[in-house]
This record gives sequence, C-alpha cells and structure tokens, in this order.
Amino acid sequence: MSLGFLEGLRFTRADSPLHRADPRAKFLMALSIFASALIFSNALALSALLALQIPLVLIGKIAKRWSRSLRGGAFLAMLIFLMNLLTGQGASFAIGMSIRFICLLSSFSIFFLTTSPDDLGLALERCRIPYALSFTFTTAVRLVPTMALDAQEIIDAQRSRGLELERGRFLRRVRNYIPILVPLIVSAIRRSLELAEALESRAFGSSERRTSLVTLKMGARDYVLMALSIGLLASSVYISKFVQVPSLEPLDEILSFRWRII
Amino acid sequence: MIEVEDLFFRYPNGFEALKGVSLRIGDGEFMAIMGENGAGKTTLIKHLNGLLKPTRGRVLVDGLDTRRASVAEISKAVGLVFQNPDRQLFSETVRDEVAFALKNFGFGEEVVNKRVERILRVLDLSEHADTSPFLLSGGERKRVALASVLVWDPKHVVLDEPTIGQDYLQKERLRNLIMQINNQGKTVVIVTHDVEFVAEAKPRVVLMSKGAIVGDGKAEEILSDRDLIERASLVKPQISELIDSLPGKGLPRNLIDAYSARSAILRIVRERHVAGVP
Repeated sequence: MSLGFLEGLRFTRADSPLHRADPRAKFLMALSIFASALIFSNALALSALLALQIPLVLIGKIAKRWSRSLRGGAFLAMLIFLMNLLTGQGASFAIGMSIRFICLLSSFSIFFLTTSPDDLGLALERCRIPYALSFTFTTAVRLVPTMALDAQEIIDAQRSRGLELERGRFLRRVRNYIPILVPLIVSAIRRSLELAEALESRAFGSSERRTSLVTLKMGARDYVLMALSIGLLASSVYISKFVQVPSLEPLDEILSFRWRII
Repeated sequence: MIEVEDLFFRYPNGFEALKGVSLRIGDGEFMAIMGENGAGKTTLIKHLNGLLKPTRGRVLVDGLDTRRASVAEISKAVGLVFQNPDRQLFSETVRDEVAFALKNFGFGEEVVNKRVERILRVLDLSEHADTSPFLLSGGERKRVALASVLVWDPKHVVLDEPTIGQDYLQKERLRNLIMQINNQGKTVVIVTHDVEFVAEAKPRVVLMSKGAIVGDGKAEEILSDRDLIERASLVKPQISELIDSLPGKGLPRNLIDAYSARSAILRIVRERHVAGVP
C-alpha cells in the first residue's frame, strides 16, 4: 500500500515556460480545461481534451509526476465507470464520465505541479483575497505531502500490528481504515494547533496591509496563455452546441448484450 | 535468527537508502543500531518485518524470506515499535488499544483479556486501562505503544528511538524493561541516537553511515572509538570524554559508563596509595 499518487499533486521547483508563467494565467488555463470537461459528456470530445493537455505536460517537464497522479486516479475512474454502467447509463456515457474525471484531475495536476505555493499565495493576494484566507489555503496545499508522509507512517505502524487493509468484504475493508484515519485526523488537529501558536508568536496578522518582496507581473506570454485559454473555452461551447461529435453509442448495444449474458 | 544479506534498498523517488547491508542478529541478542539522521536505520528495521521489501539482496526471519510472507505473518515473530506513538494510537481506551493486535492475529477473547491485563501491569499502565490513550502524557503514550506490541509476545522485538521524550526515570525503567525482555531470551534491537543510554545498557552496537554499516562490535569498543563515532555524526559518551582528558597510565581507554569508570579509577587510586604515592 503506497500513497505515491499524492506525489502527483506536489510541486517541485523546476524551470520551464509553464513554471515561469504567471499563476493567474495558469489558473485561468486550468479553469478553462476544467469547465470544458464539464461541458462535454461525449467520450471522444473528452479524449481530445485530454490529448490537448499532453503538450502542456511536455512543456512543463512534469510527465512523470503527472502520469503518476493519473494512475492514482485510475481506481476512482474505474469506480465511476462501473457505477454509471451498473445504474444503466450505457457504456458510452460511463466511459465519457471516467475520462471526464481524468480530465479534471489532469487540469489541476498540471496547475499544482507547476505552481509553487508561494506563487499561489501571491496570486490570491493580488486577487484581493484577505491574507488570512490565502495563507490558510496555501498552507493546506503545502501540508498535503506532509500528511501523506504521516499517513504512510501510520499505515506502517498499524500493519506492524497485524492490520490487513485488504482483508474482508467491503464493509470490513472500510472499517479497516478507522485505525488509519483516527491517528491521521488527531495528528492533523494537533499540528494545526501548534502551527497557530507558532504563527501567533511570530506576530501573524499584526499589520493590516502587508507588502511583499516579490510582486507578480503579467508578461506577453501570460496574455497569450490567457487568450488561448479563453479560446479553448469558447470553442468548447461552440462545438458542444453546433458540432456533431461522433459518439460511442454503438458500444452501448454490444455491452448491454454482453451484460444480459452475465 | 534474523539474517540480512547484502541488502540494497531504493525508495521510489530514487534515493538509495541502503547500499549492501549484511547483518546477522542471533536469537536472544541485544543490539543497538546507531548512526546519523538519514543513515538508513529506520529503512533497515522496516525490512525486518517486511514493511519494505529489498530492492536487491534478501532478509530471512527465522529462515523465512520476507518477500514471501505478508507483514502480518512476519510481525508475529518480529514486533516493531514505532518512534511516534501518536502515529498509531486510535482506540477509545488503553485496553482496546493494546488488544488491537491480538484481535488482528485472531486470538480468543479469554487469551486477549489475560495477556492485556498482564502487559498493562508490567508496563505500569493498569490504572489507565480505561482511560483514552489521547489523555495520557507523552511518556505514557509511548509505553502504551510499547505494550501494544509486547502483548503478543513476539520472539524478536525492534524498537525505534524508544528513549525520545522520556525523562530520566522513565529511561531507567525502560532500560530495566529491555534487559528483562532480553533476559527472557528475546532478541531486542533498538534504533537510537542516545549514546548515554547505550553506554549504560552495553548492547552490541551496529554503527551505520550513509546506507552502510561502518562499525559492528561491543558498545565499549565502538563508543570509545572517536574516529568511528564521529563518522556517524555521534559524540562519545561523557564518561569516555572524561577518561580521554585524564592523564595517567593504567586507565583503560574503553570505559564508557560511570560504574566501570568508578571502579577503574578507584583501583588506580588504591594501588598508588599502597605504593605510597600521594
């Protein structure tokens, strides 16, 4: 049992055009991919949207981590597929939904893998979000990998005490996670209290208006990225309204036929 | 017996934590694994119950290859106690916490109750049996974690940093407990930075640095060897420093604890007295 897939959301310092891009522009990009994924439910259109993200991954030099986070999401995607199929939505729709999920995951994976928590905080501040809020958000993002380490340690400790996570039927398996979740939540609460004390002893919030050493500035590339993002969203809307994308519906009949045999 | 044969381990992120470690831990042996942060100590002990599987080489626990058995199976023989009790305590009462492993291993209710009561008594926790483990002090939580492993009576006991966060009195008790477990014929392996603790307990010391074993021998030999000990970012025990700073022939250089230093010094003083030297 490993939590490696969380690596897929963890920023590492690197240099690429995407890392250097303004976080606001990148956020718009992630958001427009996200929204486009929600507009479509057609499997082929969503696959195209996923394929569109591959160049971004290559430019950002994050192929390894990106694919790891997608692999981490594969199980949930399977679950989404099965749920839709079992509730009689048809195979083409079920496939579409699982690809949509991968698309959503991918768009945010790209954003978080190429945006440092510091940049993120700056961007939030520039958007006039109160510092206390933006700080909370960036801290939460920053703590994800730490929590993942905690979780791994807890899993190791409980397995050493004979806990077998994969044992038993579904309900039993869910119950197996109690010995993992309780210490994880308790330690998260303890940590947040400690963090609060440490912050207060360093005069957090003493001045109303903070100034920052680094300020964000949009460059020509950032405007291009934003224009492309808006273009993507606009064309998604256009295609979904006026263009007939070939659908996978013929699959439904084949699969439902097989289904009856089973 | 635990045999570690030419063990290499690389974490998924590419970090090579162990580079060819070979080690034999005999039944009933008392051993301390020491070394700097990141030397690979914790990675090594996680191999002893199969939590980590070798990238290369192998680990045999009583002849069983850890790659061919589940962690739960190996854990019956190798009890691993982790450093931080807060990363494992979850039950509503200390009693339930300690019974957790026994239930996992499928012991009957009667056996569970008997063993739990016994180990709570041994570790001086009986009065807290119905308390929530979260309400206990740090030292007590640490003992609960220890009890939750000792309760199933594993043949080999491995403790990661058992002395951290313990006051002097608790350390003293812990040392007695470890000796007691060891005297019952159990193998005890501790991972620690606590030089003074090791100097008093005098186990076999295995010194690690950068993923390899750099020293292996009696505590007296390893801890009094300045070059070796500094290579692993440790310092000599204070008694050993004191002996080094004293002039005088006839004083053995491998004294590391107060008791043996005292007798050695007294012996020299007496000899001089007899010889008439002031």
